[in-house]
Amino acid sequence: MPMLSFLVRRLLQTIPTVLAVVLLVFVLFSVVPGSIVSSMSDDADPQVELRMKKQLGLDDPVYVRFGAYIAKLATGDFGTSFRTREPVTSMIAKRAWPTLQLIFTAMAFSVLLGVPLGFIAALRPGGLVDSAAMVVAVSGLSIAKFWLGLVLMYLFALKLGWLPSFGYGDGGLKYLLLPAVTLGVSPMALFARTTRAAVLEIMTADFVRTARSKGMSETRVVKWHVMRNALVIILTTVGLQFGGLMGQAVVVEKLFSWPGIGSLLVDSVLQRDIPAVQGSILVVVLAFLAINLLIDVLYGVIDPRIRYA
Amino acid sequence: MFRMIAIVAGVGLALAGSVEAQTPRKGGTIRMTAPYGSSFTSLDIHTTQRAQDEIYAKALHRSLYIWDSAEGKPVPELAKEVIVSGGGLVQTFKLRDDAYFHNGRKMTADDVIWSYNRIMDGTKAYPGARYVRIIEGAAAVEKGQAKEISGLKKIDDFTIEMKLTEKVDPGFYFFTALTSIYPADEAAKESFIQHPIGLGPFKFVEHVPGSRIVLERWDRFYKPGKPYADRVIVSVMAEAAARDVAFRNKEIDTSVLGPAQYVAYQADPNLKGTIAEVAEVFTRYMGMNPAFKPFADKRVRQAINYAIDTDLIINKLVKGKAYRATSWLPLTSPAYDKAMKPYPYDPAKAKQLLADAGYASGFEFEWTTSQNESWGLPIVSAVIPMLDKVGIKAKVKQVEAAVLSEVVRSGDYQAFIYSQQTGPDPLAALKCFHSSTPQSACNYMNYKNAEFDKIIDDAGQADDTAKRTQLLQKANALLYDEAPVWFFNYNKAVMAVQPWLHGVQLNATELTHQNVEDVWVDETSPAK
Repeated sequence: MPMLSFLVRRLLQTIPTVLAVVLLVFVLFSVVPGSIVSSMSDDADPQVELRMKKQLGLDDPVYVRFGAYIAKLATGDFGTSFRTREPVTSMIAKRAWPTLQLIFTAMAFSVLLGVPLGFIAALRPGGLVDSAAMVVAVSGLSIAKFWLGLVLMYLFALKLGWLPSFGYGDGGLKYLLLPAVTLGVSPMALFARTTRAAVLEIMTADFVRTARSKGMSETRVVKWHVMRNALVIILTTVGLQFGGLMGQAVVVEKLFSWPGIGSLLVDSVLQRDIPAVQGSILVVVLAFLAINLLIDVLYGVIDPRIRYA
Repeated sequence: MFRMIAIVAGVGLALAGSVEAQTPRKGGTIRMTAPYGSSFTSLDIHTTQRAQDEIYAKALHRSLYIWDSAEGKPVPELAKEVIVSGGGLVQTFKLRDDAYFHNGRKMTADDVIWSYNRIMDGTKAYPGARYVRIIEGAAAVEKGQAKEISGLKKIDDFTIEMKLTEKVDPGFYFFTALTSIYPADEAAKESFIQHPIGLGPFKFVEHVPGSRIVLERWDRFYKPGKPYADRVIVSVMAEAAARDVAFRNKEIDTSVLGPAQYVAYQADPNLKGTIAEVAEVFTRYMGMNPAFKPFADKRVRQAINYAIDTDLIINKLVKGKAYRATSWLPLTSPAYDKAMKPYPYDPAKAKQLLADAGYASGFEFEWTTSQNESWGLPIVSAVIPMLDKVGIKAKVKQVEAAVLSEVVRSGDYQAFIYSQQTGPDPLAALKCFHSSTPQSACNYMNYKNAEFDKIIDDAGQADDTAKRTQLLQKANALLYDEAPVWFFNYNKAVMAVQPWLHGVQLNATELTHQNVEDVWVDETSPAK
């Protein structure tokens, strides 16, 4: 029951956030210069331009357009793309799966590599493994994705011939690996650093000392006390990183010709396809909120001291 | 002229493709790249003027005419015969009776009429309207005053009469994919946007948005024995460095090269032979607003042309991937005058001209630019110190490409830098400076000169090609002297082509736009 009321409360809390984002994007694209007509034709007749704006409802006052947009949104209608004349939901649906594939694979890579690396480093602080792990972590955080992607392409496609250098292919793992690793290196480094710091802090906590003084083996101490407590911090970082990955995916998608929402968003902005821009941003925000809600729920599962109050 | 340039430019290709004389091989996959953005805009080619989209459209669709790169001119494609009458204003097209849409239906005159009426829909801003407007009554449809173009008449299922508003070669107006002929029945359906149907040599198979379009051979294509290849894959690859890796890794067959890659490929003995280059019909320039007082004076505009070391910028910054502009019409224009010489770099003369115009101590202006690497911010940044040397201060106003196009059309600038299509029709290119051409069309500098107007009007009326060319050259020379712009360069398009790909055409209108039915892959292609 507390869980249900927690979920309802959190879902209600997302409404103002979503509305604020929708309003911000709407107002922003109402004031930025450039229009769909100028991006379509270099020499459109000014009368045609006016008629087209009227047909698209772009000549209405901003508040009227916003009201109409919200009313549509409430029914799950994201509008119709100015350019392709497709429903925006269908455009996003085509791109959603590749983006999810990319982000979840990148996240899996970064968690599976970064968290153990941070753990191992923290268990032997100051040692060779710790120093090496932190060099990897700092480098991973510092490397530009564009450059890293090119290096991986050069190495694994051109030199070793193991993987294709670009494209979606059949959406299989061999096409996914390079973009996912490119995207995942930076969060991997962050997870390693966060995990190391969390574990080091927990290792000196009173309850860990107590556990050891009771004669509990080091493996059990790490497994039952250190790992569980560190997981809360790691989960928080994972939640925040999902949002980051969605933003960073734009660069990776473009570099690897990966058909995700990021490239849809960039092209829609450049072409002033406002419904597609609004829809793409909204989906990214909703995904971010959903992931963070899920993580809030998981807190309680990992640590029973956290209550859904 | 065009042929000469094409031959010179094609040397690399000819050397690489020593098997060019072989019989074209049937089968295989052509793997092209679309380098101008991270997706295709739309599968409805009537709605998009981006060069990116025409790459796939050349395989999928057909128009009344097609560009013949070897001849450097448009030739009839869906028309078997064109009969000119009415003093050049009436064109009667005898259409092919063997052209089938990809749904198996034969094309008829109704499809041509339907397609042109659609393009003139005055609520849609279809970019092809600029071409169809040449047909009598088309503008009335655009304005909502008529439902059908009065100047288009169906004589029978395979004959159309087209009345023009001016005496022009309609080939220049109806060869791009913007005026593709759609199947009237199918194109009206919603599903057409998802699954386009055309008359081209390849039919639509799949579109992965942001990644690729796949097309396969249309067996009922009207040219016997063509297309050669079984499939065409056009991959979206906006990043030059990624294309470079993919090309070297033999994953793609063509790759447009930027300045940095152009230098690297020329220096690499393994890649040098893959380079194909052509002078495209685009002129890059800085436009000056005559409403801004200093630019109203011809001497100031000329001074700017003298003050900039254009050759230095082309050689060092653009890495030689451009041809110096000698006036408005580009090298591959049939009216290009090779006797024309560019403004020399002469800061002293520039200072003198400025002093004569009353600007001895210089002046300041705002220069609107996009970030484009070939004709945007990097070029502006290089020019500013050169102008500063003669006392002219330039303040940069950076905008997005979409915004720049709006700024240019509205005249809301003091100066701007741009790349404008200046061909293939020299008359249409020069008409942009005719006082009757609105600024929102292509007279971006709002240029008005009665002498120029008269020459262009005379050229439009001239029946004799030599006489017309002579008049166009005269108009072009007048523009050079009037200097409404800083004449920067003509684009040199460069594309790397794998040695197993044959039949690539040096298309001066846009190198990536290939008549793919003439392109074939030999057995050494990794794609088979």
